[in-house]
Parts: sequence; C-alpha cells; structure tokens
Amino acid sequence: MTWKALQADLASAGYVAADDLAMALHLALSLGRPLLLEGAAGVGKTEVARTLAGLRAARLIRLQCYEGLDAAHAIYEWNYQRQLLAIRARAEAGETGAAVEAQLFSEEYLLARPLLEALRQAEPPVLLIDEIDRADEEFEAYLLEILSEFQITVPELGTIAARARPIVILTSNGTRDLSDALRRRCLYAWVDYPDRAAELAILAARHPELEPQLAAQIVGFVQALRKEGLEKTPGAAETLDFAAALIGLGVNDLTDDPAALEAAMVALLKTRADREAVPPEVVQRLAGRAA
Amino acid sequence: MSAVTRFPARAHGPADRLAGFMAHLRDNGLRVGPGETAAALRGLACVNATDRAEVRAALKALCCGSREEAARFDDLFAAYWQNRGRARQQVVATGAPRAGQRSPFGGPGEAAPGAGRSDRPDGAGGAAQPGEGRLIAARAENLARVDLRALVTPEDVAAAQDAAGRLARALRDRRSRRRKPAPRGARPDLRRVMRAALATGGEPLRLFHRRRPDRPARLVAICDVSGSMAPYARVFLPFLRGLMGSGVETDAYLLHTRLVRITEALADPDHLRAVNRLTLLAEGFGGGTRLGGGLAVFNRGYARRLVTGRSVVMILSDGYDTEAPERLGAELARLRRRGCRIVWLNPLKGWKGYAPVAAGMAAALPHLDHFAAANTLEALAALEPEFRRL
Repeated sequence: MTWKALQADLASAGYVAADDLAMALHLALSLGRPLLLEGAAGVGKTEVARTLAGLRAARLIRLQCYEGLDAAHAIYEWNYQRQLLAIRARAEAGETGAAVEAQLFSEEYLLARPLLEALRQAEPPVLLIDEIDRADEEFEAYLLEILSEFQITVPELGTIAARARPIVILTSNGTRDLSDALRRRCLYAWVDYPDRAAELAILAARHPELEPQLAAQIVGFVQALRKEGLEKTPGAAETLDFAAALIGLGVNDLTDDPAALEAAMVALLKTRADREAVPPEVVQRLAGRAA
Repeated sequence: MSAVTRFPARAHGPADRLAGFMAHLRDNGLRVGPGETAAALRGLACVNATDRAEVRAALKALCCGSREEAARFDDLFAAYWQNRGRARQQVVATGAPRAGQRSPFGGPGEAAPGAGRSDRPDGAGGAAQPGEGRLIAARAENLARVDLRALVTPEDVAAAQDAAGRLARALRDRRSRRRKPAPRGARPDLRRVMRAALATGGEPLRLFHRRRPDRPARLVAICDVSGSMAPYARVFLPFLRGLMGSGVETDAYLLHTRLVRITEALADPDHLRAVNRLTLLAEGFGGGTRLGGGLAVFNRGYARRLVTGRSVVMILSDGYDTEAPERLGAELARLRRRGCRIVWLNPLKGWKGYAPVAAGMAAALPHLDHFAAANTLEALAALEPEFRRL
C-alpha cells in the first residue's frame, strides 16, 4: 500500500490527513515503528488512531496519561487478592510453600493494564498513548522498552514479548519537552491547524448535510478567528462542533441571524478572556467578511 | 528544477549518499545516528524514492524529533540534495542597500559610519557620551548572517559562567511545604498503605511514600539583539550560555524583528557547534526591533507551555521599539498574568542621568518587578541579591 492509498482510505473513513501526516503514518505502519504526533489541542491527533483502528478493523487500546501515572496503572499489576486467596486455599489443602510459590507468580495472577493488554493481542491492535506530555518523565522510561522491543519485563516472571506488534501512536500537546530517548524511538509528525481546503474537506466528510456555501462561510470564519490571537485557538474539533451547533440552530447563512451565531460561539470560544476578546461586533465583522 | 544534485566523487550508491545527508543533518543539530540512517534506507524502500516530495516527507518523519526540527527540515533537505546551501548564505537585502547595513561586525574593511562600532560596550572605542553605553539606531530588517564565533569565545563563556552560576544559585530550587505521593520518599504514606492493605486482607504488602516535591525555578531569558543592542551581545550571549550550564532550567530567545528560540543551540555541550548553531539562528542580528510583536509571539506560543508562576522572565533590552509602545505594555501585562516575575535589564540604565523616556520603556515600567542596569558582566553579577529576593 502506498501512502497515497492510505491517505485516500483515511479520507473515505472521514479523516482528512495532510501529506506529512499521511506519509509518517504510512512509514510507521510499514516499518513497524511508533509514531509521535504533536500539535495543538483539537487538530485530530487522537482521531487518527481511532480512524486507523476502524480502517484496519483492529482493537483500539487507549492509555490516557496523567500526572502520577505509574507502571501499576499502565503496564501490569499483580492480583494480590487472588494471590492471598490462593495461599489460604492451598494451605488448607495442605500444599507446601514451594509449590504454592511457584504457582503464585504466573500470568494467571497478572492483571494486564493497557500496555500489557496491547502486547497480548493475537491481532495487531492500535495502541494509543494519549497526551504523553502529561505523564511524569519517569513514566517515559517505562515506555522505552515497549516502544523499541515491543516487550515487557516482569521481574518475577521474565520477559513477555508481543504476540503481534501493535501499531503505536503517541500524542502530545507539547506542554513539556519530551526526552530525546523517547523521541528517537518514534517517527515524528507535527499536526498543524488545517488550511482552508483541508478544513472544507473535513467539514464535508463529517457533516455532508451542510450546504457548500455555509461550509465555506464557517471555514472562512474560523480561519479568520484563528488569526485573532486567542488564548485557546479553536481546532478542527471546535469547527465541527460549531458547524453542528449552526445546523442545530437552523442557520443557513452566517450573517442572517446574529443571535444564533452568537449562541453558537460557545463551541469556539472556551475561555472568559477569549469571550471578552471577541465581542458580538467582532463576530459580526468576521462573519460579514467570511460571507 | 534547475538545481542539480552533486555528490562527493567517492559516494557509491544511495546508502552512501544518505549517510552523507545524515551527517549533514547531524552537523545542523538534528539528533540522528546510524540507527536513523538504517531506518531511512528501509523507509525509502516503502515510498517512491524517485519522487522528491515523497522522499522529503518520508525523511522528515524519520529524522525529525520536534517541531523546530520539522520546520527547519525542508531547508536542510533542499540545501543538501538541491545544492541550495550556497544560496542560503546570501544576504537577503531589504529595501535599498546602504553602507554599513550588513552588520556592525562586518569585515575590517567595511566603513563604519556613526558611533557604536565597538563590539564591546566598554571597549576603548572612545566614548562620546558620558557614562557607559551608546545609542545606535537601526530600523531596517537585517537578515545578514553574523558570525558569532568572535562574539562568544570560550574565555568569555568561562567568565560569564561564574556570574551566571551565582545568579542561578540565587534562584535555586525551593521545596514545596506540602507532601505529595511519590515512588520514593522520606516518609511512608500511611493512609495509602492502609487503603491498599484492605485489598490484601489487611496485610500491608505495598508501601507508598510521600515526599516534598521540588519546585524548580525556571528562567526565561529574552535577549534583544537589534542594532542598538548589538554591542552588548558580547556580554549577554556568553551570559546566556553560562546560564544554560548552571543547573537552572533556562530557556533562551533572541529577539530582533523576529523571535527565535535558541535554547537547544545554547545547550549544545560542544562549544564550537553551539556557536555555529547560534550563528545559523541569528539571522536578523543587528536589525530593527519589534519588542511588542516579538513578545506577542512569545505570549501566544512558547509562554503558554513554558512560563508558569515559578518562572522569572528576564528581558535584556534597551526598550527602543519600532512599534507602538502601547503594544509592548499590553503584551507585558498579558505575560504578567501568567504569574511570572519580570526582570528588565537595560544596558542604558548605566548612563549618567538616564531616565526611561523611550516610549517603549516608559510603557513597560509599570509591569516590571525589577528594572536594573546591565551592560557589563560585573553589572549582571551584581544582580544576585535582587534575584535572591524574587
């Protein structure tokens, strides 16, 4: 499969990928390497993984990172309750210590968390490690073995290798710099805000019922809004919400109904400072220019 | 495409050429090694290797590791495969060329009209004004390359490191008073231990700890290198490099008509390579100043992820701005809202009878936590007690 074919497949599944992204994805699939996607919030980083999983009919395993995420929540944990129960039950059955111990640290008593789960799949799953920049730096170190060797070492049990090599996609919003060790194990793509043509294509794919004229207006409006220097620049996800809101409000032309347009702005402006920075007059001016 | 790719005569086949390209990327600061070369060769097998755009996109995904690198990659690719390297070094003249526009650090034969040609603020250049510092105006955008090797010498860095180290210690990490759960810590987290023990039949199998987390101070240095500030670059650039090695998390930017992040270049352990990378980034050195615009770019981009309530933003500038002063004031106010402390170091403040009358400086004053003179290394070192107080 060429990268063009992949791009076309993604487009047919409703995801419009830029050339750089499609190429990075194609190489990640061909070489079996993890792919690190960076970009602002709402430009469709997570959506890539979801679409890819749908396209390949693969299972999507998602690990949402957060501050304080540790190995026990991300990789594996021993099932202490079951182990204790087993000890008691076997003690009553009169088994000796050594025999019990040999049984206790087996895969049976291992609770698989997302990363181990992903390695245990028979069919290659899509493993999405979302917002890796939120996790602590120590956690990145846990990932290194998984990302380069696709295996996990459990001290009591030995090394568990992947049954099928998962397709790994990491996303980052860039709230902190990731370590070089992690970066060099991954292919890299920066996902930018979509340009005019791409955003029109996204709208057409996700809201086919939208009038072409209104779609053009929405895209022009949002593209102009992005240049306003907002605190939280609206991404493609916000554009889709905005379009859905306008459809729901029955708007056919942006300049028709100022009140409805103002109401739909809740989908685009997400902070108080941004709401104040874009008063109704500015909204009207931008809408007038986009029309 | 008129550009022809030329290869060294000894290059045999694609693998050799690609290895040369990787070396070229490495020279330009990308972190690629033999592993990436091998991956690139395998990657090229997966695409149509005769299509330039396709190869560029493929190698970009394989060799880049950050947004900055991805943004530079297209130029580096063109420079190597399309022999654009030479073209990139040409002076990009803006407007009519005029004598001495190239840079204050041009060749010795270059005529030097006006004062301020000395590359040391306190050099023996014959100061016309009383006190230290001089006024140099430059409004035009100057995209000529300035060789910074003469500006940032190892000796200067060694001297600056000392001063920077002392400032950094004044800003040293503080420790939180609160205790937070941590994998290793001084005290056990009894509450969590007991909670986890419930699941194991009351036996505390797993120990949790708490510790007082470090609250590292962060330093963000924005160094104005417009024409009027260029003579002080000799002081400030080694100082910034000294700060990088001082243990404080430091982030450094150059500001002239654009804002350029130089953290990565400055952090290079190899001195010569660091200076070379800096030279590549310093396009625009000695041109005009867009303080307000530069800060706006900073506020919208980098500041969001790098400036927190624990940051100290250090601006090294004389406050001469080619834009409306209100913009500078507004941007500083916006930056201030992130909770950081702002220190403005103005070399002109060392002047006898200096008053911050430059419109930009006057607009900035209400938003500053500290406003000090800094035109020599000694003046920078003398800031230590002030930093201790911040």
